[in-house]
Amino acid sequence: MPPHDTAAGVQTVWYRRHAWPVRLMHWVNVLAFVVLLMSGLQIFNAHPALNWGKSSYTGRPPVLQMVARMDAQGNPKGVTRILGHEYDTTGVLGLSAEMGGLPVQRGFPAWITLPGGQWLAMARRWHFFFAWVLVINGLAYLAYTLASRHLVRDLTPTRTDWRSIGRSIKDHLLLRHARGEAARRYNILQKLAYLVVVFVLFPLLILMGWAMSPGLDSLVPGWIDVFGGRQSARTLHFLVAWALVAFVFIHVFEVIVSGFWNNLRSMLTGRYRIAADEDKHA
Amino acid sequence: MPSQGNGRRRFLLRALAAGGTLLLSGCDRLSHSAWFTRMLDSAEKLTFGAQRLLLPRKAMAQEFTEADLSPDFRSNGTDNPANPIYQALVANQFADYRLQVGGLVAQPRAYSLDDLKALPSRTQITRHDCVEGWSAIGKWKGVQLSRVLEQVKPHPSARYVVFYCADPMDDMGTRYYESIDMEDAWHAQTLLAYELNDVPLPIKNGAPIRVRVERQLGYKMAKYVMQIALVDRLDTIAGGKGGYWEDQGYEWYAGI
Repeated sequence: MPPHDTAAGVQTVWYRRHAWPVRLMHWVNVLAFVVLLMSGLQIFNAHPALNWGKSSYTGRPPVLQMVARMDAQGNPKGVTRILGHEYDTTGVLGLSAEMGGLPVQRGFPAWITLPGGQWLAMARRWHFFFAWVLVINGLAYLAYTLASRHLVRDLTPTRTDWRSIGRSIKDHLLLRHARGEAARRYNILQKLAYLVVVFVLFPLLILMGWAMSPGLDSLVPGWIDVFGGRQSARTLHFLVAWALVAFVFIHVFEVIVSGFWNNLRSMLTGRYRIAADEDKHA
Repeated sequence: MPSQGNGRRRFLLRALAAGGTLLLSGCDRLSHSAWFTRMLDSAEKLTFGAQRLLLPRKAMAQEFTEADLSPDFRSNGTDNPANPIYQALVANQFADYRLQVGGLVAQPRAYSLDDLKALPSRTQITRHDCVEGWSAIGKWKGVQLSRVLEQVKPHPSARYVVFYCADPMDDMGTRYYESIDMEDAWHAQTLLAYELNDVPLPIKNGAPIRVRVERQLGYKMAKYVMQIALVDRLDTIAGGKGGYWEDQGYEWYAGI
């Protein structure tokens, strides 16, 4: 395709939005994250409770717990306890159908865990293999983003960006999106979201994963107490994973509302379309 | 070129749908395929290699204070072995208990509980991490495995220490067993523990002897240890993976 072509009298500009390494690493990360999330929830199900502190048995109740029990009528129900509050979560949390079968006691339901049926050993194999994939992919991304100046050029907020933060928040809430030349650059909220994901959430997630390893805990005995101890690390690992899920939902929502096919194409082939005439009227 | 664009979109949608289906139903099929699980297993070697490279041989697991002790040290799995030989030992307060130590050693020996208690002891307050995700902190007293190894003198060809236990794991009478390598066997915190929280090791926690391997998960720390054998390979024992849970698909290296 030529960089410019004309359809219905509107001049369209194509440009290469994402370099191939970024595209490749993005999709590897998608795969690794999905597998890690689903296998992680299967691992969580082996002990569907979260504690704060060095151990699970400190005399204090868990901060989160999923259980199944009988109600007054003798029907099984799933209950989720969060910080002392109880919620009936029958069918989803605490009690749900095992792959096509009867309801059983389990934390997260089969449709979101990997493997579906209860199988801790297999979930650990998936989890630790894809943890290596995620870490190696993440390191490759960091190296690339620094060496190619992608970080400085595209992700680091400029002074103008900071000044535009109020307008950017308003634009996002009104689902107004950059057009024309402005669409070539990330907006400030986008930059901040990506920076938090890359430099805060993923590193914290990985670090809290390491904190759960009794082997790595002996590297510098007590280092995990900085985060409150091993069970706190497990709780943080869980919370950060869900924070990343929240990011994915917002990210995919923005992808859809700001031009789904254009965005998806740019992350698959690299090519992003800008309607040039819109620029003049923007 | 709208028609081409639509074709591409249809293709992309189909690819996405296929990807989703593959992910949801295919993953469970992958879990049962030999080549795929072998690929997943490669991560275990990587993790083991990386941790052994990173961690000094003598790196110590964190030790805690009495204030951190869990009120009750949770028992998991077997809490009272349904084994007549074991029950006979219990009936006599383990006076007839003899820990057999043999295999690739110069001087095989049998230790009574008093023999083990007569050796220098080590006390440590450590965190027990179960593969399920929970942790409990307990105070252990026992003899370092290294003291016993010094007495029986392992042959240079010995690569693993195998623990054979009294607890039957199924109706066929399969007994629990576990194994560690020589690096963990000689480690200062690797104990044959006979006391928990200042009292003789309770039956639910593995009386009379349970292994402590503090830099690994709980299932490595075999309870009700009856016999110790030094060996040069694990693939000829039981399921061949070096332990009861390993034979069920869990990692042999449980440092993670």
